[in-house]
Amino acid sequence: MPDPLIEAQHVEKYYAQEGQSRIQVIAPTDLAVYPDEILAVLGPSGSGKSTLLRMLTGLSTPSAGQVFWHGQPVVGPCENVSIVFQSFALFPWLTVLENVEAPLKARGVSADEREKRGMKILDTVGLAGFETAYPKELSGGMKQRVGFARALVVEPEVLFMDEPFSALDVLTAENLRSELLDLWSDRKLPTRAVFIVTHNIEEAVLLADRIVVLGKNPGVIRTDFRVELPRPRDRKNPVFEQIVDHVYKVLTRPDAVPVLETVASSGTTATPAATPKYQMLPHARPGGVTGLVEILYDGIQAGNNGREDIYRLADELAFEIDEILPIVEAAALLGLLKVSEGDVEITPLGITFIDSGIVERKEIFRKAALENATLIRQITRSLEKKANHKLSDEFFHDILDEHFTEDETVLQLQTAIVWGRFAELFDHDSKGKFFFIPEDDDEASQSVDRDENDAAVDSGVTAGPRS
Amino acid sequence: MTGRELPSPLLHKRSWSFLIDATVFGALLAFLYAMVAVGRYWFGAAVPAADISRSPSALPLYAFYSLVRMAAAYLLSMVFAVGYGYVATYSKRWQTVMLAVLDILQSIPVLSFLPGVMLAMVALFPTRQMGVEFGSIILIFTGQVWNMAFSFYASLQAVPRELREASRIYKFSRLQTFLQLELPYGAIGLVWNSMVSVAGGWFFLMACEMFVLGNRDFRLPGLGSFLQSAASAGDTPAILWGLAAMIAVIVAIDQLIWRPAIAWSDKFKFEQVESKEAGGSAVLNLLRGSPLLSRLRQSVLTPLSERIYLRSSRHPATQPDLPDAARAPLSHWRVVTGYAIPALLLALIACGVAAAFQTLRSITSTELVLTVQSAGATFLRVAVSLIIASAWAIPAGVAIGFHPKLAKIAQPLAQIAASVPATALFPVILLGLISMGGGLGTGSILLMLLGTQWYILFNVIAGAIAIPSDLKEVADVFHFGAMQRWRIVILPGIYPYLITGLVTASGGAWNASIVAEYFHFKGKVLSTFGLGAQISSATDSGNFALLLLSTMVMATFVVTVNRLLWRPLYRLGETRFRLG
Repeated sequence: MPDPLIEAQHVEKYYAQEGQSRIQVIAPTDLAVYPDEILAVLGPSGSGKSTLLRMLTGLSTPSAGQVFWHGQPVVGPCENVSIVFQSFALFPWLTVLENVEAPLKARGVSADEREKRGMKILDTVGLAGFETAYPKELSGGMKQRVGFARALVVEPEVLFMDEPFSALDVLTAENLRSELLDLWSDRKLPTRAVFIVTHNIEEAVLLADRIVVLGKNPGVIRTDFRVELPRPRDRKNPVFEQIVDHVYKVLTRPDAVPVLETVASSGTTATPAATPKYQMLPHARPGGVTGLVEILYDGIQAGNNGREDIYRLADELAFEIDEILPIVEAAALLGLLKVSEGDVEITPLGITFIDSGIVERKEIFRKAALENATLIRQITRSLEKKANHKLSDEFFHDILDEHFTEDETVLQLQTAIVWGRFAELFDHDSKGKFFFIPEDDDEASQSVDRDENDAAVDSGVTAGPRS
Repeated sequence: MTGRELPSPLLHKRSWSFLIDATVFGALLAFLYAMVAVGRYWFGAAVPAADISRSPSALPLYAFYSLVRMAAAYLLSMVFAVGYGYVATYSKRWQTVMLAVLDILQSIPVLSFLPGVMLAMVALFPTRQMGVEFGSIILIFTGQVWNMAFSFYASLQAVPRELREASRIYKFSRLQTFLQLELPYGAIGLVWNSMVSVAGGWFFLMACEMFVLGNRDFRLPGLGSFLQSAASAGDTPAILWGLAAMIAVIVAIDQLIWRPAIAWSDKFKFEQVESKEAGGSAVLNLLRGSPLLSRLRQSVLTPLSERIYLRSSRHPATQPDLPDAARAPLSHWRVVTGYAIPALLLALIACGVAAAFQTLRSITSTELVLTVQSAGATFLRVAVSLIIASAWAIPAGVAIGFHPKLAKIAQPLAQIAASVPATALFPVILLGLISMGGGLGTGSILLMLLGTQWYILFNVIAGAIAIPSDLKEVADVFHFGAMQRWRIVILPGIYPYLITGLVTASGGAWNASIVAEYFHFKGKVLSTFGLGAQISSATDSGNFALLLLSTMVMATFVVTVNRLLWRPLYRLGETRFRLG
């Protein structure tokens, strides 16, 4: 095996807290980028894939461990790497050419040489003729072409891409992806390796020579395998489908042992946070859960026993995994469906759930949530113990703070509020910032006061943080 | 495709290029001459108390002097604001302190800086006019710099993370990051705040150009002093002449500087899609079309910037990582900034506090009680002026915001009205008040109102425009009554804007109290009971102890009201009443 270009040894990221156990975002991880490969990193949101990218590029310093660039320890941004950003990160006040020339300017390249190289790379990415346009005059796909041109103009050794296609529509993304692949296959790219972070499984299998799948809470490498399919790759190819299915299986079984162990950690390991894992409430709203179970239920009529392949289901519904996984997890947590081998199957409880009316559904949801969702149970029990059935947000913040980052704590509570309201277990006052059990003199004493954030969780499919 | 169209300056080019060049050339020549004239005046012998002519023929020169002062103060403010915002952003250690200092300085009225600044400057250049001029310039500066500094700091905080990462990964030097990322990102905020600041500068021009400090009389030739002498003498024609000159200058600046600046800053808008209408400016188009300027740019500016970039790229100072920088071991420099400077500053602060208490010892308990009472009086006036301003500005602003046709007519009018400095109108209004037999006690409320109601009006218009039309349609469909419409749609919709307007207006009103409650008029001093009057009269009589005390009380009042009232309300707006 050739020497790695960039290598991370036992890098981890955590946030230390005063007097408390630290919050682990990424567990000690080894990962190396080798020449002549496209490496795709996949993972659900919250698995720290973007953080990993930033540590490898030197933008972010690992909390422990070390990144090496050609064997040299990395301090500050790496020499000679580029990043293509999800949001393009173009300077709106510079023209297309000026944007592309900016990195050359930083390297002290003369004006003539800058223009020559800038125009050449614009030609390569298909933007000739647009050099004097401003980014806001371009479509999303065109903007990302500028992003590619800017990244390539410095002839980076490793090209990093942080979900480069996810802000684009499906067709544009497909087009740009295949052009990128052509350039790579024809050796027209001035780079030796490509590192792409994505949450789109098909994209990873289409592009990558090697796929790394991360698990979350904390981020950890679940599997790391090579894709030996010849290019151009065909989505209909059974091997292709098999690989996609495999990745789905890894992603949907968060508690299973990783399929492929990474390099065994040697001697000097820093111990990962020794906190017992606190159950994470999946960020799905009850409506989404009901919808998913209903689809499976309808499948019984269609004669498939209420069993579906998650990958196919997501595809049919035009969901990204990031969007469908929390819903699947929530439904599984509540016992409405079972997950096995990348498939989901409706349970008898799920069938009863769908067969019932709204009041009984709430009853089922309530029981299931109390039984299975730690946070919901904790909030309800704590409120019941208080004489006035009221507890401040802070109380629950303190409990969750020990296990989650600050953002995640907020999201956990937001999701809990939505679940609690649906189950009519408890309600939340956003003005006074406290949880309470509504006086139920009447069935109709539903939530009175909903705040903006709750509404956002309620209306969006997921509220998971984009990593 | 917009990018393909022939830009309009190119169309002008052939027929107009000579005229444009001649104009630009003339302007440059005039500018050079002005520099020389100002230099001669500044380096001339000090005339702290010039005789102020009340003849209209003196106005052009006076207007010129005032303009130079305003321009110098503005440039100073710009440099200071950008520097302060930059340092506050990058120095984690100083950030909190610097922001708190800014908060307090902002609440101190211009006149309270007067004695210190003036005496220091005159002591620095005892024989040259420069000393007095610098003093006046710094006074104007203290009235306009703080909001600009806040704006730039806030812009730097809001730079999108990925843009920062891009400039780090591509190894931009600090200079390149500043020029290509930070300054452009802050440009729009700076331009808008510049307009507000300069308007504030005009407001206090009279106070900054002519004042008594104990037994010393300071009179600088300028529009402000012209107006004040005219007012003191009760010379109505002179007041009107002065007013006309000031309005002319303000309108000219608006057309020649702010309109082009706004049109130009449009390219710094951080947006991914092109907005429909971008305000144009004929002057900007002319400047862009000038071959002389473009040649100047090509042969001087571009090579110069190339050289600077080349040099800065040779010393690629590693940029600091903004959010979680790894703590580097203490270098020598860090020891200096980390321990020595804070120790020194603390020592200085201790000295200052001791000296201040020394000064304050001469304050009698009656004076103390009086100061607190007068603060209460001014507080009431500020509150009443805010209520009156809201009472007319909220309905008017909503009406203008809801009816685009009305907005087309009303907005430019309001802008002109707002840009007329209220202080310039004071004499006229005072004349009216006195002839009606009213005193300054209620009159000062009217004067405060003149300066501050616009902040509320403009913010409410902006808020009303921002209310989505589907919300209005909901109100129509369900036949909301007037009450319901206001409570459910309009007030929550404009809430954050209204609060912003009220905060600015309240700060402005406190500051305005020093000119509104105390007035030299027809050789007499008109004043009323209030903290502003107390500050003004303490300055006049050179009673530094009382000045210090009243300043402290005012700063405490303003900061406390900000913390206890406005900030919670503002936060409520951010979280609860935010649309979209």
